[in-house]
Amino acid sequence: MIRVRELAKTFTLHNQGGARLPVLQGVSLEVGPGECVALQGPSGAGKSTLLKCLYGNYKPTSGSVTVAETEVTSASDQELLRLRASSVGYVSQFLRVIPRVPAIDVVADEVRGKPEARQEAEQLLLRLRIPMRLWSVPPATFSGGEQQRINIARTFIRKKPVLLLDEPTASLDAENRVTVTAMINEAREAGAAIVGIFHDQKVREAVATRIVEMEELS
Amino acid sequence: MSVILEARGLAKRFGERPAIEDVSFELHAGEVLAVVGESGSGKTTLLNCVSGRLRPDAGTVRFMTRHEGLKELYADLSEAERRFLARTDWGYVHQRPEEGLRMNVSAGANVGERLMALGERHYGRIRTAATDWLSRVEMDPERIDDSPRTFSGGMRQRLQIARNLVTDPRLVFMDEPTSGLDVSVQARLLDLLRSLTRALGLAAIVVTHDLAVARLLAQRMLVMKGGRIVEQGLTDQVLDDPQHPYTQLLVSSVLQP
Repeated sequence: MIRVRELAKTFTLHNQGGARLPVLQGVSLEVGPGECVALQGPSGAGKSTLLKCLYGNYKPTSGSVTVAETEVTSASDQELLRLRASSVGYVSQFLRVIPRVPAIDVVADEVRGKPEARQEAEQLLLRLRIPMRLWSVPPATFSGGEQQRINIARTFIRKKPVLLLDEPTASLDAENRVTVTAMINEAREAGAAIVGIFHDQKVREAVATRIVEMEELS
Repeated sequence: MSVILEARGLAKRFGERPAIEDVSFELHAGEVLAVVGESGSGKTTLLNCVSGRLRPDAGTVRFMTRHEGLKELYADLSEAERRFLARTDWGYVHQRPEEGLRMNVSAGANVGERLMALGERHYGRIRTAATDWLSRVEMDPERIDDSPRTFSGGMRQRLQIARNLVTDPRLVFMDEPTSGLDVSVQARLLDLLRSLTRALGLAAIVVTHDLAVARLLAQRMLVMKGGRIVEQGLTDQVLDDPQHPYTQLLVSSVLQP
């Protein structure tokens, strides 16, 4: 499902005198359906950078990234949009939404056109313990943990074969961590290939089928 | 998805000064493309050239017409045909709504006028469509007979959008549609634009200097500097991993786009 070969990413900062900042070098990784790989390592080791290279919003300096049979590094914009829409779910650490859209619509919008979209969104919000009084409120005003759960709901409502999770449980309380852990495991058991960063050791142990250690480039 | 508009090698000078040079890009059906860059970078000239309003000195603009395939705007179409497209299959939302509206006729007439350009003469149907569009842009249909002069800036902008969308266009050009409005009105308009472009499957080119607007509305983005496109790609690619020195400067100059 995911194949990374000799991936390197160096940022070039043109406005800081062309400074070069190597973050990834020689990264190779394969993740098959039903696997959940946890990326582990200190801050600055390039974990989030690797996820963003998989999602295609960072452009690798060299190497190859294949996701669901698409070569991400050479895909056209249209191919990448199609790949994301059909196959790749990405939970980032931040929720970016139009300021005025109610939480329920943010989630249901991901499966718009489907008759049961709203019902499925409601079920997910219930499961993630978003109080009903907040469903019609735009998530911009939500707490960090609530926003994160909206982010998780909008990603998981589509059963995508590839999931990229950047600290999906970071600001959740214990109860919600358990719920999200269960959702990740259900997706994996249903055949998703998952790569994630899980700082919480309990969560990591509960979801990962493999741990990949990354270290900072010297 | 199919290409709806394709610009190749566009150039336009004003006197000695080049306004745009060697501009090429494609727009796909149903796609929203943001054009960003500082004032004077050629954004509006680009928009005018690709919307049939300003003949470029060099290059081609091809539009996928409904029935006759790709047509070059300036070589294959007459002025009258371009005007007809502009009134029917295209929309153009000006930064200042006063430029896109007729300020001396009622809100309903502003919306109905474009339907009449398509040959609709039945007063009842025109009025029904105008009422319907006023509510779709979240305006009180009771205001249908009022002059846009009595409307606030945000209402005028929404009326301009209704006027443009009533003919069911496939492509809308927008020049800074949300600047000049206060922040809460901006948010409302953004939400409206996003839901309408999605619901109607509209393709749009949105000129903006606001990277947050681009992030929320557009799947793809062009970055202009000195009349040239210095970078283009998926919006999150360009904003998260800008490659060109100018784009890096632009992105690092704002808070969390």
